[in-house]
Amino acid sequence: MNAETRSWVAIGDLMDIPREGARVVKTATGCIAVFRTVDDEVYALDDRCPHKGGPLSQGIVHGTSVTCPLHNWVFDLATGLAKGADEGSARTTAARIENGKVLLAADDLARRTG
Amino acid sequence: MKKQKLVIVGNGMAPGRMLEYLFEKDRHAYDITIFNAEPRVNYNRLMLSPVLSGERTYEDIITHGDDWYAEHGVTLHKSAKVSEIDRAAKTVTSETGVTASYDRLVIATGSNPFIIPLPGKDLDGVLTYRDLDDVGKMLDAAKRGGRAIVIGGGLLGLEAAAGLKMQGMEVTVLHLMPTLMERQLDPAAGYLLQEEFERRGIEVRTKANSHEIVDDGTGKVKGIRLDDGTQIEASVVVMAVGIRPSTELAKAISLDVGRGILVGDDMRTSDADIFALGECVEHRGICYGLVAPLYEMAEVIADNLLNGTSEYTGSVTATKLKVTGVDLYSAGDFSEGEDREEIVLRDAAAGVYKRLVLKDNRIVGAVLYGETSDGPWFFDLLKKRSDVAEMRDTLIFGQAYQGGTPLDPTAAVAALPDDAEICGCNGVCKGKIVNAISEKGLTSLDDVRAHTKASASCGSCTGLVEQLMQVTLGDAYNPAAVTPMCGCTHLGHSDVRRLIKSRELKTIPSVMQELEWTSSGGCAKCRPALNYYLVSDWPDEYADDYQSRYINERVHANIQKDGTYSVVPRMWGGMTSSTELRAIADVVDKFNIPAVKCTGGQRIDMLGISKEDLPAVWADLGKAGFVSGQAYAKGLRTVKTCVGSDWCRFGTQDSTGLGIRIEKFMWGSWTPAKLKLAVSGCPRNCAEATCKDIGVICVDSGYEIHFAGAAGLDIKGTEVLGLVKTEDEALEHIVALTQMYREQGHYLERIYKWARRVGSDEIRTRIMEDADQRKLYFDRFVFSQKFAQVDPWSERVSGKDKHEFRPMAVLQAEAAE
Repeated sequence: MNAETRSWVAIGDLMDIPREGARVVKTATGCIAVFRTVDDEVYALDDRCPHKGGPLSQGIVHGTSVTCPLHNWVFDLATGLAKGADEGSARTTAARIENGKVLLAADDLARRTG
Repeated sequence: MKKQKLVIVGNGMAPGRMLEYLFEKDRHAYDITIFNAEPRVNYNRLMLSPVLSGERTYEDIITHGDDWYAEHGVTLHKSAKVSEIDRAAKTVTSETGVTASYDRLVIATGSNPFIIPLPGKDLDGVLTYRDLDDVGKMLDAAKRGGRAIVIGGGLLGLEAAAGLKMQGMEVTVLHLMPTLMERQLDPAAGYLLQEEFERRGIEVRTKANSHEIVDDGTGKVKGIRLDDGTQIEASVVVMAVGIRPSTELAKAISLDVGRGILVGDDMRTSDADIFALGECVEHRGICYGLVAPLYEMAEVIADNLLNGTSEYTGSVTATKLKVTGVDLYSAGDFSEGEDREEIVLRDAAAGVYKRLVLKDNRIVGAVLYGETSDGPWFFDLLKKRSDVAEMRDTLIFGQAYQGGTPLDPTAAVAALPDDAEICGCNGVCKGKIVNAISEKGLTSLDDVRAHTKASASCGSCTGLVEQLMQVTLGDAYNPAAVTPMCGCTHLGHSDVRRLIKSRELKTIPSVMQELEWTSSGGCAKCRPALNYYLVSDWPDEYADDYQSRYINERVHANIQKDGTYSVVPRMWGGMTSSTELRAIADVVDKFNIPAVKCTGGQRIDMLGISKEDLPAVWADLGKAGFVSGQAYAKGLRTVKTCVGSDWCRFGTQDSTGLGIRIEKFMWGSWTPAKLKLAVSGCPRNCAEATCKDIGVICVDSGYEIHFAGAAGLDIKGTEVLGLVKTEDEALEHIVALTQMYREQGHYLERIYKWARRVGSDEIRTRIMEDADQRKLYFDRFVFSQKFAQVDPWSERVSGKDKHEFRPMAVLQAEAAE
């Protein structure tokens, strides 16, 4: 599916998220961490580390990775996959920016079951 | 057969090139008419910057002069902006009343500069940078002198800034993003570029958001005001923030238009007889602003005009900044990704930075700064998707280094004569280093530094010294003896700290650039360490980077396993009161705090508080006089005390009072690792001062100062620093010791490990025996406290970092469906 035909949900302004930081979006099926990289790209992952449930939104963002604040697992923001020796993944939600607004893909949001 | 008619709207570089291709194939296929809104022939728009800077003239940059049009039988209407196209009748009419009919039409209307809708955008003196008229206006402005502000730190903006500077104006560049040319460059290269511009006397302000252009009262530009209130005076404002495809004409005749005029791979618009070309085009979702793709489109159209079946399938683009003396080249896609690898070469002294991004052994992106001669070669490999596995090891060195035998880097050093200078800072020659290594049996870099001073100052000759050690010691030399800080650098903590000071590095990006970090953004290990080193070394100049701090220090509470936080207010010296306890009890009730516990540091911990509640909890605690206990900080935590001479029948001194005094003096300070103190009123040591980072045992004759204890992973009793007579002296010694540790400790290295590394005797000598040195340490600590002693809780109650404590959005179930 391409960006034109997909429908998107606006969650706020890009400027609401600190660069190299994250904000939380609450949904009925759990929290989503929305990350902003130093290059102003946005990515969204479930705000739950697959290891011990740590809130990834609270981690340090470096490059296109985030390090979980509880036990330092490192995740690739684009794929949600753990890097290095650790194995696991955090579910991704497609995110993009349009006119300074951060948008999440509605179909990804709908697929979440908690 | 009658000749077909071709009409072209627009006379930029793309249609110019298209005609060249067309004429190469068939000079006589069409009768050609061009409508040009500009009053000129075709010129090379890429060369506007040299015209602005005065290095070229307009005549130099003409591509097709009047003769060319005559020779090729092309009718060119200058200053003839097209006002109407009739698709049914197949005619084009200009504002000047000229009508031409067509069989095939090419729309090449280019793009318009984007004007930021700021208040004051229409004032006299607000310019854009797009065509020769703009250059003329800028040159006129430059003759009047004064300051020019360029909004936009991209390709065009920087070229405009450099040109205006060369014309003698003062120039300020305002850029919204944190680094220049962020679309083409990664942050490291953007940083180098900024440095180069600043060296040329051009002021660069990044993260600068313009608020309004200020009127001087007569409708002319007086300056700019930024969002943060800063006002900059200027007589000219140049907007160079980007371009928008010019699509009005296409829209007016109901062609399909997205951001640009939509075309298929054959470059036809939604009307099969109408092609679109150049910057006005949107192809497969992309609008191009660089010349190379436009030329590729031009070639496709030329073929298809002759009934060919060429297809344009999109381009990868390469950029070169056209500012004399700045070598910059970027191509392709250089974002990071799991499946991508990068090769980075940094040579800080030479100002060279090269980065290649590889995917499946193929180059997908390249950024070159300082030395760009291999740019086209890399770009060629990129475009051809060549497999680079064979030459990967030497790839980054460029084309000249492929194919030969790899050089042995030590051969060059081995060939140097004994009197060759290795370390310029300390004047150490090769012979001296080699002798020291063999005579004294030195095996580590630190040893060589200690004995010869070689590479002990700026460190730039470290590589040479290491090669000398390799040549002299052979296999006995193990360069890995220094543990690197993290995977992003080969340097250890000591080297990084030394170089931050000696090279006066004051930002994280500058450290990463100058010290040749191998990752582009650091990692969760080095970023907090660098942030601490910079806070510690440049307390008044460095802006703390919260995004490089661990979450606890970012939100000033301790994260727990379930993602909630715990809150520990400061209880000075472990003393409290009924009012304080009542306030805590009220907070616990009000916020349903599930657990309350006494800590080992004589204070009260409230556990299980949700992040969103933190500011409200702090607000209530603040009203009762509490400040943050910094129980989360790599900084001063607690000063434990016993009740001392106030109450205890054995107490020799006012240990409680001294503990409170120390805590009030030192709270808020950042240290390499957490710092816990204690003051006991007598040698019975009820405050357990002899296993603390720093402890005091009060005795009749004064105060015995202890340090380097441990009671965590390791258990270790303290060592005695010395005995002092008065409270004032005790405070001065403790503070000086702390400052020495702050300046020398490695990040996360507790005092006992630091003491083991540098030697307890060394510390004792500096603090106890050298009064001048001690005073200097003390003064530096006091200076840094001016910037550190701010209660972070009350700051956040007042609204600082409020984004940290609120969700960005709350999506209802239906919104997600």
